[in-house]
Amino acid sequence: MKSFSNTYIFLFSSGLVIFVAALLSIAAIILQPFQKKNVEINNKQNILTSVNIETTTKNAEELFSKYIIESYVISSTGIKKEGIDAFTIDMKKELAKPIEERSLPIFISSIDNETQYIIPVYGKGLWGPIWGYVSLNNDLSTIYGANFAHKGETPGLGAEIDKKEFQSQFIGKQIFNESGLFVSVSVLKGGTANPKSKYEVDGISGGTITSKGVDQMLKDCLSSYETYFKNLNK
Amino acid sequence: MSSEKEPLFSSKNIKLITEPLGSSNPITVQVLGICSALAVTVKMKPAFVMAISVMVVLAVSNVVISLIRNYIPPRIRIIVQLVVIAAMVILVDQILKAFVYDISKQLSVFVGLIITNCILMGRLEAFAMGNKPWPSFLDGLGNAAGYSIILLIVSFFRELLGSGTIWGFKVIPESVYDFGYQNNGLMILPPMALIVVGIIIWIQRARNKKLIETK
Repeated sequence: MKSFSNTYIFLFSSGLVIFVAALLSIAAIILQPFQKKNVEINNKQNILTSVNIETTTKNAEELFSKYIIESYVISSTGIKKEGIDAFTIDMKKELAKPIEERSLPIFISSIDNETQYIIPVYGKGLWGPIWGYVSLNNDLSTIYGANFAHKGETPGLGAEIDKKEFQSQFIGKQIFNESGLFVSVSVLKGGTANPKSKYEVDGISGGTITSKGVDQMLKDCLSSYETYFKNLNK
Repeated sequence: MSSEKEPLFSSKNIKLITEPLGSSNPITVQVLGICSALAVTVKMKPAFVMAISVMVVLAVSNVVISLIRNYIPPRIRIIVQLVVIAAMVILVDQILKAFVYDISKQLSVFVGLIITNCILMGRLEAFAMGNKPWPSFLDGLGNAAGYSIILLIVSFFRELLGSGTIWGFKVIPESVYDFGYQNNGLMILPPMALIVVGIIIWIQRARNKKLIETK
């Protein structure tokens, strides 16, 4: 093998690193608008899936403007906050704040002349964040639909939370019990949920930590809206 | 190296593709890339996309390293190989995110995990550093194909016995479940992948005695 001087090694490695860095930054800058657009469309699709509307990447924007009639931001005491776009809110940052300071987005859709309230949820899975949207019927207790997504849960196990089989279990469940107390919907160990109960669903066998994450996420996020729901229902 | 021009698909070059499929398979014979073989073989679909991604990254990085092999100072060659692989993986990930967002969502962390696949560095170090671009390209394809075959075989059995499906479609009829058959939860967990790979190695060595170490 040839021998190389230290100067050559130094120049070679610097050159290589600068070249690779430049290549990747250029790629990132060129591709960023496409990626942003994809993320936005994906969010809209997720919102629509939570009210049980099938979308494709092509018709998502059109359907979104058709069904989603309003979106606004409230505080945990149920007062509307003006001047904030519900779309720009990062649930991760909001959940890190104390509950009084949170800005909570709500999307309102109208399907078949019924109103649905769509609440974004955000929590922790096993390997990374999990998030989604839960939509409630006009009574603000019965779940109309739910949609969950994840960053990197185990395929075939925790990752099953983004499948229809898991999400459709939530339809018709209630987050307030008969005496009006907030109980959320519990995600139990796979196969142990009582099918007659209105407050529990089956988790995923082998995906226990992710299932527990969904359970915790629903409790944390939905409870922030408790006062607002109660005020609306009065 | 001979000055005579070799045909593109000489028997030597063909061997570069066929050997990794059998007698020098990266997983069952060289025992490389085991970690990702455990992680992505629960279902066939992610296993397949992972296989394709590895193929692209391995073939291209093999060619890149082979092109600059005479300029790489041997003392820092491992770092240079790593930089090339990492750059390729990030580029592939960014392109997937921009143009086929759905697929990139399915793959999630796996694309990033290609960097840690030992087959890549193994091939760059063992082959691309000392060979011309075209054989390096074939070697990359061949080894990635050998990796893919094992991935698909393992994921076939894990998905069939663990979830009762193949490629996402139900293949075990409901009536069998009524008789008390259950999906084997153990198949979904990583240890079973190791056992399945072990069984494949056993079968391969039983059929091909040359692979058995003498000592």
